[in-house]
Amino acid sequence: MRESSSKRHYNEPLARIVKKDAMSNQRMAAYSVFALILAIAAGGVFIFSLGYNPFKVYATIVSGAFRSSISTQGTIKIAIPLLIASLGITHAFKMQFWNIGAEGQIIMGGIFATYFALFHSDWPHWLLMLVMCAAGMLGGGLWALIPAFFKTKYGTNETLFTLMLNYIALYMIKYLAEGPWLDPKASGFPKIASFEKNARLDEVFGVHAGWIIGLVLVGVVYFYLKYSKQGYEIAIVGESENTARYAGMNVKKIIMRTMFLSGAICGIAGMTQVSGAAYTLSEGVAGGVGFTAIIVAWLAKLNPFVILLVTIGFSVLEKGSSVMQSSFGLPTSVSDILQGIILFFILGCDFFTRYKLIFRKGGQKNDN
Amino acid sequence: MIINFLFAAIKAGTPLLFGTTGEIMTQKTGNLNLGVEGMMFMGAFVGFFTGYKTGSITLALLAAFAVGVFAALIYAFLTVSLRANQNVTGLTLTIFGTGFAQFFGERMIAAAPDKSPKLPAELVAALSEKAIPLLGDIPYIGKLLFSHNIIVYLGVCIAFICGIYINRTKAGLNMRAVGENPAAADAAGINVTAVKYIHILAGGGICGIGGAYLSLINGGGVWNNSCVNGQGWIAVALVIFASWSPVKAILGSLIFGAFSVLQFYVPKDIIELPNAFYIALPFLITIIVLVFTSMKKSKEGAQPAGCGINYFREDR
Repeated sequence: MRESSSKRHYNEPLARIVKKDAMSNQRMAAYSVFALILAIAAGGVFIFSLGYNPFKVYATIVSGAFRSSISTQGTIKIAIPLLIASLGITHAFKMQFWNIGAEGQIIMGGIFATYFALFHSDWPHWLLMLVMCAAGMLGGGLWALIPAFFKTKYGTNETLFTLMLNYIALYMIKYLAEGPWLDPKASGFPKIASFEKNARLDEVFGVHAGWIIGLVLVGVVYFYLKYSKQGYEIAIVGESENTARYAGMNVKKIIMRTMFLSGAICGIAGMTQVSGAAYTLSEGVAGGVGFTAIIVAWLAKLNPFVILLVTIGFSVLEKGSSVMQSSFGLPTSVSDILQGIILFFILGCDFFTRYKLIFRKGGQKNDN
Repeated sequence: MIINFLFAAIKAGTPLLFGTTGEIMTQKTGNLNLGVEGMMFMGAFVGFFTGYKTGSITLALLAAFAVGVFAALIYAFLTVSLRANQNVTGLTLTIFGTGFAQFFGERMIAAAPDKSPKLPAELVAALSEKAIPLLGDIPYIGKLLFSHNIIVYLGVCIAFICGIYINRTKAGLNMRAVGENPAAADAAGINVTAVKYIHILAGGGICGIGGAYLSLINGGGVWNNSCVNGQGWIAVALVIFASWSPVKAILGSLIFGAFSVLQFYVPKDIIELPNAFYIALPFLITIIVLVFTSMKKSKEGAQPAGCGINYFREDR
């Protein structure tokens, strides 16, 4: 039956890794909470090593994000583009299409929307808003369609392609701000004019209406991915393209359609940023949101509701850290370090939800 | 004028060369590390800080290398041992590294006597551009090839050594095998984990030196909190442009460096192009290269097949 145990001891490593069966949602949630606590504790060790009281610092972060209605609104404003972009990326990731071009898709959405804000600001407000939103979707969608086309046609690596497109989009803003869309009133300073009031997104409860769009999208994306035929197709293509092909699905069409959708949703984030937050188009329109969104979507395991939670967590950390300078004299970049440490731990802990370690049985114990 | 232009291109291309060579080492072993920007930032700060405190160029570069290795160790542990998603881990490393450099950079500025940390004069002198005796006196070529700061030569040497290592040694062959098909390499008795670790760490260290170049040379001896400013991402692009070959990366970094200074040398009255065009050009060309290599479907000059996928022996 089995080899003798003494012989096995020579060959077997101290620990080996085996795959786990899929976990129940409850256990998964328990693991995630545990990982989060561990991650926050690790961040605390870092704060402590700087000579500060971690409990105080964390408390300041949380209270800093919510201490007044203005800070709460600020936190939500940070959350809106992150939420929408994460939802967009989710489509592509579900299909195992590594779209890391959300940054560029947000920017293109912003550029397309800005065109109407600058040159058609006399249109009726609601029409203008709808057109800007549609333009944003078109811009982001088309920008995402380029790598999707080359991926389906020639198998071009989408990770690198989408990454490069981010920068081309970014410099397109620079070009527009320095040339065609230069604000004549800025006396030579390269910037695009502020939007007129008519082209600004309305505020609801003190925050631009982007938060409503975001929350609606959470539900829509959830149902689209989970219950619609197209959502099912996305999941199958992600699991195995061959299976999808064998089942008679048009894989190329599905990839193109899904990438357009993925980019279009990111484009909405661009539209809400220019018309709701900045009232203009600048090179900081995406400001790294597209990259953070990748992390958010991944951490949330592509579940729209969890994405909402994770987004709020990120926004609190980001907004709360901005008071660190005044409270503790710590540079605001401390939030990046904390984010990094917390994420490293969560990424590491994820291992234990998928694998388990089996340790070699020690001593002379006989298995039989 | 042309000589001045090429000279500036070499100067601008050197940090890219380090970042690219480091990332090639990483990708050749099957790991796409999007943390180049972060590793360069960490190298930039630690290299500068060490130089600032000790005045030694050797220590500064060693420290930058060490912190790059440390950053890559985090990445390697998470992706190789714990099999975390490579893209997400790399992006996190970029966030962490950027925050690390800016946080401690800010504190260094606050602690400096006149709120602007400057490198000691003897270090600045050691880092300055010097003509090599005799060779530097050759007209044109002397200025172009033999009058650089010492780190430029180091970068070219490292790229050549890495190129020979990857293509001409047994260890390099093993590494390429791991990058292309880890399962086959494993079956052939190569220790996949060890090979990945070694090259990811070495790659990270090289990226760290590239960061130190940016803070030590480009900053003119004064710390600047945004000294890396996207150069790490350009290095990732350059890996594709150089088709995963460190020797081609030498030429590639020269070309990319040339693009980045081109706008200052093109006579404006003859060719009038927006500045943004010049800056976007490297990325545009990278995309074209990417599309063409995928159209040819050749294994030569393409990304290692195992790149981006974590290897688990029991997955078949």
